[in-house]
Amino acid sequence: MVEKRTSQLAELIEPYAGRPQELIQVLREIQEELGYLPKEAQEEVAQTLGVPLSRVYGVITFYHFFRTSPVGQHTIRLCLGTACYVRGAAQVLQTLQEELGINPGETTVDYKFSLERVACFGCCALSPVMVVDNTVHSRVTPAKAREILSTYQGS
Amino acid sequence: MTRKVAIEIDGQRIEVEQGANLLQVARDNGIDIPGLCYHPRVSVSGACRLCVVRIAGRPSLVPACTAEVVNGMEVIAFDEELDSMRRMLIDLLLSEHNCDCMTCESAGNCELQDLAYRYGLDNRTRRFIAREKVLPNPDLSSPVLNYDPSKCILCGRCVRACDEIQGKGVLSYAYRGLETVVVAGLGEWETSECDGCGECVQLCPTSAILEKLPLRPPRSWEVKKIQTTCSYCGVGCQIEMWVKDNEVVKVRGAEVIPNYGSTCIKGRFGHTYLTKDDRLTTPLVRKNGTLEPATWDEAMAVIKERLLKIKDGHGPDTLAGLASAKCTNEENYLFQKFMRASVGTNNVDHCARLCHASTVAGLAAAFGSGAMTNSIAELEYAKCILVTGSNTTETHPVIASLIKRAVRYNGAKLIVVDPRRIDLVKYAAVWLRQKNGTDVAWMNGMMNVILSEGLADESFIRERTEGFDELKKVVEQYTPEKVEEITTIPAEKLREAARIYATAETSSLVYSMGITQHITGTDNVLSTANLAMITGNIGKASTGVNPLRGQNNVQGACDLGALPNVYSGYQKVADPAVQEKFEQAWGAKLSPKAGLTVVEIMNAAAEGKVKGLIIMGENPMVSDPNLNHVEEALKNLDFLVVSDIFLSETARLADVVLPAASFAETEGTFTNTERRVLLLRKVINAPGEAVPDWQIICKFAEAFGYQMHYENAAQIMDEIARLTPIYGGIHHARLVPDGLQWPCPSDDHPGTVYLHKEKFSRGLGRFHPVDFIPPAELPDEEYPFILSTGRILFHYHTGTMSRRAEALNAFVNEGYAEIHPNDAARLGLKDEGRVKVRTRRGEIETKVKATEKVAEGSVFVPFHFVEAAANRLTNDALDPKAKIPELKVAACQIEKA
Repeated sequence: MVEKRTSQLAELIEPYAGRPQELIQVLREIQEELGYLPKEAQEEVAQTLGVPLSRVYGVITFYHFFRTSPVGQHTIRLCLGTACYVRGAAQVLQTLQEELGINPGETTVDYKFSLERVACFGCCALSPVMVVDNTVHSRVTPAKAREILSTYQGS
Repeated sequence: MTRKVAIEIDGQRIEVEQGANLLQVARDNGIDIPGLCYHPRVSVSGACRLCVVRIAGRPSLVPACTAEVVNGMEVIAFDEELDSMRRMLIDLLLSEHNCDCMTCESAGNCELQDLAYRYGLDNRTRRFIAREKVLPNPDLSSPVLNYDPSKCILCGRCVRACDEIQGKGVLSYAYRGLETVVVAGLGEWETSECDGCGECVQLCPTSAILEKLPLRPPRSWEVKKIQTTCSYCGVGCQIEMWVKDNEVVKVRGAEVIPNYGSTCIKGRFGHTYLTKDDRLTTPLVRKNGTLEPATWDEAMAVIKERLLKIKDGHGPDTLAGLASAKCTNEENYLFQKFMRASVGTNNVDHCARLCHASTVAGLAAAFGSGAMTNSIAELEYAKCILVTGSNTTETHPVIASLIKRAVRYNGAKLIVVDPRRIDLVKYAAVWLRQKNGTDVAWMNGMMNVILSEGLADESFIRERTEGFDELKKVVEQYTPEKVEEITTIPAEKLREAARIYATAETSSLVYSMGITQHITGTDNVLSTANLAMITGNIGKASTGVNPLRGQNNVQGACDLGALPNVYSGYQKVADPAVQEKFEQAWGAKLSPKAGLTVVEIMNAAAEGKVKGLIIMGENPMVSDPNLNHVEEALKNLDFLVVSDIFLSETARLADVVLPAASFAETEGTFTNTERRVLLLRKVINAPGEAVPDWQIICKFAEAFGYQMHYENAAQIMDEIARLTPIYGGIHHARLVPDGLQWPCPSDDHPGTVYLHKEKFSRGLGRFHPVDFIPPAELPDEEYPFILSTGRILFHYHTGTMSRRAEALNAFVNEGYAEIHPNDAARLGLKDEGRVKVRTRRGEIETKVKATEKVAEGSVFVPFHFVEAAANRLTNDALDPKAKIPELKVAACQIEKA
C-alpha cells in the first residue's frame, strides 16, 4: 500500500523536477489524486522541485483549498455566506458539529464525513445551502440537516 | 566603476556612490529614518513602510529602503505628515503585538519598543488599542531557540536571513491574514532542517525569536557586552559575549569582519561548558595511583623534581612537549620558547601535525608560505570555487554560507570533489566523486585536460614559475581515461570540471583534511598548488589555494613555532643565523637539530626514548591515530604533565594535572585561517585556582631555573613582533577593530589580504611533479570497506568542550557510522541499529546511520566520540615528508553488533 503510493507520488512529481515555480500545480495534482497532501508528499515535492520544506508548508497553509489530512467518504460543505447566514446557517453548523463531533476542516474518526465551510455557492435563493459530495440540499434547518445525515448512515 | 553623486536629505548635502540604498545612506549620515523590515545584510522587502520619504519629482511617497540614490536626488525624510503616518503604522503594529515589555526579555534591546518610545505611543495616545485576543502558541520545540508569534511583527528578516545569508531556507511564512506566522520546515522547529545557527535570532528586531535561556535572564542593560574571538574553528568569528556576575549569559555575533554577525550553532550556543562543575579548579597530583587535589606549590615541586631528573639523567631530548592549536599565539610562542630555551630540545609539536602539516610543508615548497593564500571574504566573489576534501558546511559553517552566496548571487560555478555527498553538492555545477585517496590522480588528470585543450595560463607559467617541463612530463601520462580507472571519476566529468576551473575569470581552490590526511598529503597539497599555478589562479583576489584550518588557532600555533623544525615565523632551527638570533634574544644555547613530530613522539614514548611529556590543552587519547598504541605510549612514560580545562581522557593518565583558563578567561590573540590575527579578550574569571596557560608556562620555566616574566599577553606579542618578521608589525593595540593579516612586517604595514601578488614568497612558484601512490591500506577480502573519519557540525575535536554543551548534545550526542543503505541491507544492519567497525588496529561499536551520503563500500565515522573513538581504528602510517598520519583512509570490516 505504502509502496504503491510512493511510486504513484513519484510519478506525479517527477515531471516537475527542478521547477520550483510549479509548486502550486503539483500540489493540486497530488491532492486530486490522494484527496489530501500527506507529509511524505510535501517532503517529496520539496526535494524534487528544489524548494524549502517551509515554503511548501507556507503555500499549503495559505490556500484553504489544500488539505493536510485525509478526507472522509463524504464531504459536507455548508455555506455561511451572508444570505445563508441570515437564514440560520450558523445553527445548522452548530448541529452538524454536534452530530459529527468535528469542527470545520476536520474529518470524523471513522473517515465517513469531512466538514467544510464555504463562503457562497452562488445560489442564495436556496439558502441555507448544504452540499454533500455533489448533491445540493436547500432550505436546510438543523432538523433537516440531521435527516440528511441519517440518509448517509450505513452507506 | 561606481560614480560619486550628490544628494540632499532634509537640506543636508551628502556625497555618496550612485545606486546606494537611500535608507542606509541616510542612517550612515546620522539621519535616523525609522524602519523595521530593513537590514543591511538581507534583501530589501519594503514591507513595513516605516521608512517612507518624499523624493522630489516622484508622485507618491517612497520607502527609502527601496530607493537607489541618483544624482541630485532631493529627499524629505521628516515632516509632519510623514511623522503622523509613521506614528500610525507603529500604532497599528503595536495593536497586534503582545506588548508585555515589563516582563519581556528583550526590553531595552527591541527596535519596536524603541520606536514606540520615540513616537510617544503610550496607552493614552494609542488609537488602535489591541482587541481582546487569544495569543497564538509559541513554538518551543527547538533545542536552541523559541519563537513567539505574539511578539512577531512579520518583518521577515529571519526568513530572509535563513534563506539569503545562511542559504538554508528553513523558515517561511505560513497561514494568512491575521493568522500569519513564521514557521520552520513543515510547521515545527524541532523536525525541520534547522541546524541552530541562530542567524534568525541575530536579526530579529523584537523578541519573537530568542535564544532558549533559563527563565528570565538578565536584560541587556544588566550585562556587559564583550567582543572576543570564537574558539570553535579556524574562521575566527567575532562574537559578543553578554556577561553578568562572571557568567556568560548569551552570545551574539559581532557585526565585524570576518563573520559580520553570523555564527554557527557552536559559536552561539556551545559555550555553556565554561561553567560546568567538572572544570579543573586545583592542580592534581597522582598519589598512590590516584589523582588528588594539591596546591600549585606542591604540583610545581613534583614537576620540577621529576622533569629535571629525566633531563639530567637522560638528556633534554628525552623530554617532549605538545603545544596546542586551541591556545593563544602568545601561549604557543612561550611554550616553544620554554621547550627550546629552558628544556633544551626541539621536541615540540602540536595537533596541526594531524591536520595541516602537509599544507605547511607543501605550500611552503611550492609558494614559500604555508597558509591560505587569499581571504575569506574574497570567496564570495570568485567565479569558480573548487572545494575538495572539505565538508565546509559542517566544519567551517560561516565560510560555507559565503560559498553558497557566491553560487546563488554572484554566478560562481562550484566544483565539489569529494567521496561523500556533502551538503555543498547541492550547490555544485559538477560533483566529482573520487575513490578515497586518489587525489593526486584527479588533479593530474585535470591538468592533463587543461594542457591538452590549451587552457593553461602560459604567460603566468613563463613569468612566475619554475619546473613546468618536469610537471608536464608527469601530467601527460594522466589522461582522463587513465584517471577514470584510478579514481572512478567519469572522464567526461573530469574534463568538464577542468574546463570550468581553467576558464573562469577567477578560480579559488578550497581544501581541508580530505587532502592533507593521507600518506600522500604533501603530494596532494603540491598538486593543488600545481593546479592553481598552471591556470594562473594565484596572486590575485578571489583565487588562490585556500586550506581551511580546522582549529581556532592552528594557524597561529604553527606561525608561532610550535613545530619541531622551526621557530616562530617558520624560521628554521637548522639555520645558524636564525639560531644565533634566538640564542641572543632568549639568552640560552639552542639545538640546531629538528625535534620529533606528534606521532614520532608517541612512538619514541612507546620505545622508552621519550620519558617525559608536557601537554598543554591537547587530548591525544582521542585525537591521535591508532589510539591503542597512543595509550601504550603514554602509559610507558616516566612522567606526564597535562594542563587543561577539564580532566580529559589524556589528563586521566597524567602524573600531574594543572587547571588552565579557558579562551573566555584569558587574553591574547588567535590567528584565523585567513592569517588574520584577532584579539581574544578576557570575558570572565577562571574558576578556582585555574590560571591562563601562559602563566603556567612561566611557572615551568621558573622550575627549570629560566627567567620568564611578562605583565600581560600584549607584552609577549611585542617580543614575538621583535623576533618574527611576518608578525613584525603586530601589536595588540593595532588589532582593533579588524585584526591584521600577516605578513605584517612593520608597525605601519596594513597587513596582507592575499599572498604572492607580484612575487611568490619564495621568488618563483615551484611546480612539483607528483605521481599517484595508492593509500597505505586498501580494502581486501578480510577488511573489505574503506573507512574515513572526520568532523560534524555539532561537535568539535575531541568533544572536551562541545560535549559539555547541552544545545549541541540536543542535536547529536553519540557517535555513529555512516553506511550506504545497500551495504546495510546486505549485512542485515538496520538504520539506528548497532554495528561493530573493526580494523587491523582496533574495534568500536556504534550506531548505524544508513545514508547515501557515503558511497557503497565506504564507511564514515566522526571522531569526536570517545566511547566509539574513530581513532581506535585509524591508521598511523605517515606521509614521509610532513609526518601526517593517514586518518582519511583505512580498510575496515563491519558486522552487526
